[in-house]
Amino acid sequence: MTETPLIGGATLAPVDARLAGARIGVVTFPGTLDDRDAIRAVRVSGATAVELWHADSGLGGVDAVIIPGGFSYGDYLRAGAISRFAPLMSTIIKAATGAASSNPLPVLGICNGFQILTEAHLLPGSMIKNDHLKFLCRDQVLRVENNTTAWTNAYSAGQDITVPLKNQDGQYIADEKTLDALEAEGRVAFRYVGGNPNGSRRDIAGISNAAGNVVGLMPHPEHAVEAGYGPGHTGTDGLGFFTSVLNTLLGGN
Amino acid sequence: MSETSTKKFNIDTVENAAVTPDVQLPWAELGLKQNEFDDVVKVLGRRPTGAELAMYSVMWSEHCSYKSSKNHLRQFGEKVTEEMKKDMLVGIGENAGVTNLGDGWAVTFKIESHNSPSFVEPYQGAATGIGGIVRDIISMGARPVAVMDPLRFGAIGHPDTARVMHGAVAGIGGYGNSLGLPNIGGEMVFDSVYQGNPLVNALAVGVMRHEDIRLANASGLGNKVVLFGARTGGDGIGGASVLASESFDSTKPSKRPAVQVGDPFAEKVLIECCLELFKGSLVEGIQDLGAAGISCATSELASNGDGGMEVELTSVLLRDPTLTPGEILMSESQERMMAVVSPENVAAFEAAMDKWAVEYSWLGEVTDTGRLIIKWEGAVIVDVDPRTVAHDGPVYDRPFARPEWQDALQADTFTGSVQDAARPSTAEGLKAAVLELIASPNMCSKDWITNQYDRYVGGNTAMAFPDDAGVIRVDEETGLGVALATDANGRYTFLDPYHGAQLALSEAYRNVATSGAIPMAVSDCLNFGSPEDPDVMWQLAEAIRGLSDACMELGIPVTGGNVSLYNQTGTTPIHPTPVVAVLGKFDDVARRTPSGWAEDGQAIYLLGTTAAELDGSEWANLRGHLGGAAPKVDLKRERELGEILINASRDGMIDAAHDLSEGGLAAALVESSLRNNAGARVALDEVAARDGVDIFTLLFSETQGRAIVSVPRSEEVRFNDMCTARRFPVSRIGVVDAAGGALDVQGLFTAPLDELREAHEGTLPKYFG
Repeated sequence: MTETPLIGGATLAPVDARLAGARIGVVTFPGTLDDRDAIRAVRVSGATAVELWHADSGLGGVDAVIIPGGFSYGDYLRAGAISRFAPLMSTIIKAATGAASSNPLPVLGICNGFQILTEAHLLPGSMIKNDHLKFLCRDQVLRVENNTTAWTNAYSAGQDITVPLKNQDGQYIADEKTLDALEAEGRVAFRYVGGNPNGSRRDIAGISNAAGNVVGLMPHPEHAVEAGYGPGHTGTDGLGFFTSVLNTLLGGN
Repeated sequence: MSETSTKKFNIDTVENAAVTPDVQLPWAELGLKQNEFDDVVKVLGRRPTGAELAMYSVMWSEHCSYKSSKNHLRQFGEKVTEEMKKDMLVGIGENAGVTNLGDGWAVTFKIESHNSPSFVEPYQGAATGIGGIVRDIISMGARPVAVMDPLRFGAIGHPDTARVMHGAVAGIGGYGNSLGLPNIGGEMVFDSVYQGNPLVNALAVGVMRHEDIRLANASGLGNKVVLFGARTGGDGIGGASVLASESFDSTKPSKRPAVQVGDPFAEKVLIECCLELFKGSLVEGIQDLGAAGISCATSELASNGDGGMEVELTSVLLRDPTLTPGEILMSESQERMMAVVSPENVAAFEAAMDKWAVEYSWLGEVTDTGRLIIKWEGAVIVDVDPRTVAHDGPVYDRPFARPEWQDALQADTFTGSVQDAARPSTAEGLKAAVLELIASPNMCSKDWITNQYDRYVGGNTAMAFPDDAGVIRVDEETGLGVALATDANGRYTFLDPYHGAQLALSEAYRNVATSGAIPMAVSDCLNFGSPEDPDVMWQLAEAIRGLSDACMELGIPVTGGNVSLYNQTGTTPIHPTPVVAVLGKFDDVARRTPSGWAEDGQAIYLLGTTAAELDGSEWANLRGHLGGAAPKVDLKRERELGEILINASRDGMIDAAHDLSEGGLAAALVESSLRNNAGARVALDEVAARDGVDIFTLLFSETQGRAIVSVPRSEEVRFNDMCTARRFPVSRIGVVDAAGGALDVQGLFTAPLDELREAHEGTLPKYFG
């Protein structure tokens, strides 16, 4: 008999009693798809997930925000272009840029969330259609290039992690000057390893803002937090995103 | 500006119809036969109005009325024991059947066809196929949790196949991925018989608490009838255009697509909005709008209820304000639902619509007259008994007879045929044959397709293609879940329709059991040619008889499905293709068995025995031969094998299992090795001697009731004891060699995994880019 259960059971991270007090908001837009998955990932990390609705303007006192994946408003216009104007986004933009407090709000944008963050100008660049013009779903190896952000500090620099990738418009582009600046400032958070899946410039899979509180990436760490439901039936490499932000909130980083 | 005030129609009212009995109506153009039109007149006691004619013609079509198959389909309801019924919460006849999962959970699933639209316009045809089946699931009160899509296209090298392939796969992905529903499996078969008639079938599965089950009926005098979701447009109105005579508006847009156009974002919002309605118990009855649109929804809701219904058609929100009443009644615009709401819930219903920014319009209410009354600006244009539209359509006892050519076909066995002249026997020849098989269109890796589908969304996918079954967790606390597999073999069914349908069921049943789940229910999509051809009608009758007999023997009921007829080009029908979906249950999906082995040193066992059954096989197909007898059906053995695989999963005796079906042992060994890139060393002489077959036959025969499993060393005694106690044939054929990097068939050949992978995964990219 297999010693460790193939699925479930031993997947919960050790829970620090203080963690449950951490409240992480997950935003739902019309057309958001991975919100329940992000909520589950927050729960698995030991924190409390708070559902946020795009049309509200208050953040309900959350300590950090995740903008999950999906096809908000169908992506019929540029991906994220409509969602960026939601009332809640104005509040998030203010809180994330530190205008409202000295501790800028940690914000993670995954896939469509990343696209929304670029449309909101919290992160530079943009995503266009994959170079092969097809939706692509596969397990993807990423290299953690910067482990000092609010969402990556649980990883070691240079660590390779495997998480699912699934998108149609995943090709990251920016002008050369922006790309050079991102590299120089260490703001490339993740790079694709083992083949660039979509033609992204410089193999960039995810980036952060200068302060490191805002991170966006195309792959889906929230789909690699429970053994049995992620890559290769056992992968939980994505959990580090959700424990990282708890380290940040608890002052560990 | 009111949309209706500018419209000028010759509105054909009931009053007008009564006094103008001799008006010529285009019933033939709408697809009705003379006897059917006569029946309509008899039912109404007068000629129908244009709007009534539109409703009857579409509701009495083969697609909506099952008029050719009804007499045969009855067997699915008749060949059922009390034991089979005990977990069935809702049976055939509703939008989809509902099965009890335990712990207060219920599951609903259904498979449907969207074949001909997918040939005309592959992207939208396939996309709206997903959309339609998902709305069927929502209509039952369930949250949809996964989709699957069995596909059958023409010859892989034919220029038109690429058009259908690219369009249909992109459409399924584009629509399904946008709904947040993981695509967990399906099939892909290439065969020139499907060149002019590709099969695009779609399955959806949903889950709900028992108390959330909803039915399509309009009951409760004074309850309100509401249409919500997308606006009604001119797409998919098909034959209704011949009723354009009722319009004399020369500014009318002239060409509208016959294939519906999908808007997945609207559907996703509709799903969430409906779930909010169910959560608040805000609807009394609900029905999706699919084929026949408002005609179907109003007549079915009204006839399943306890009274009647009265609606004002000008209240329907339109995308195209020039639509005539007949066109509005027939429009198949997607992403629409109709619901019955009690007056006290109207405000809460509207609040839910507003929250999700979904458009809605109140059309009318439930009455106690027993009549379905539809008005246009107050004038009655439809006044019918809704049962006569929805349920009392024509039923045909189509003549059928065993085709004259059937005997000759069955006598033409592969063994000894011209195509079998150069059967491989040397070590080198066998290795080349294995490589050829796994690179062939039907046996090659389907990653090119499945990588365009999101299998992760929802976070509950415990297994997906290419594992034997898709597995979805339902309850996150307990791990309660379901497994699903769809299967069909058109070649087997062509050789022997009765047994071919049973073989489809056998394989789907075996796939579900291989994953470790207990098979519970069946949904079927019967894809056949024209029922007016006695040969085809015989195939259909035999397939239904075979399938219903086998369901009875395996003890799992058919809970729903769909019949797709007239799949033929000219007078040449497709192979009869009954696609069978089996649903299974897991107490805890943590114990699901994946198809690939991984642990070095585990023993590989072959369950079952192999006979020389190459007729209809993939190997014979590769050699261009189709004839002889389909593999032997042995349902008792399938059941025994299933019990072994389920027990082995439950008691942790096996770590991997893969069923043997198309491509036989050769395909299974390669697939189980490639899944986790873990090789194996196998020795086949002993088992070949036991079964009295040569190595080629052992590798390529498609005998049923077989599987390979990998067993941890510590479990071998227990596993062997279990098989022995059940007197089930089992043979240890090898060990997993995780680091060896090859499939080594001892004494014959060694095939490096890299070489196998290149062959297996290169085919679809080579043809489709």
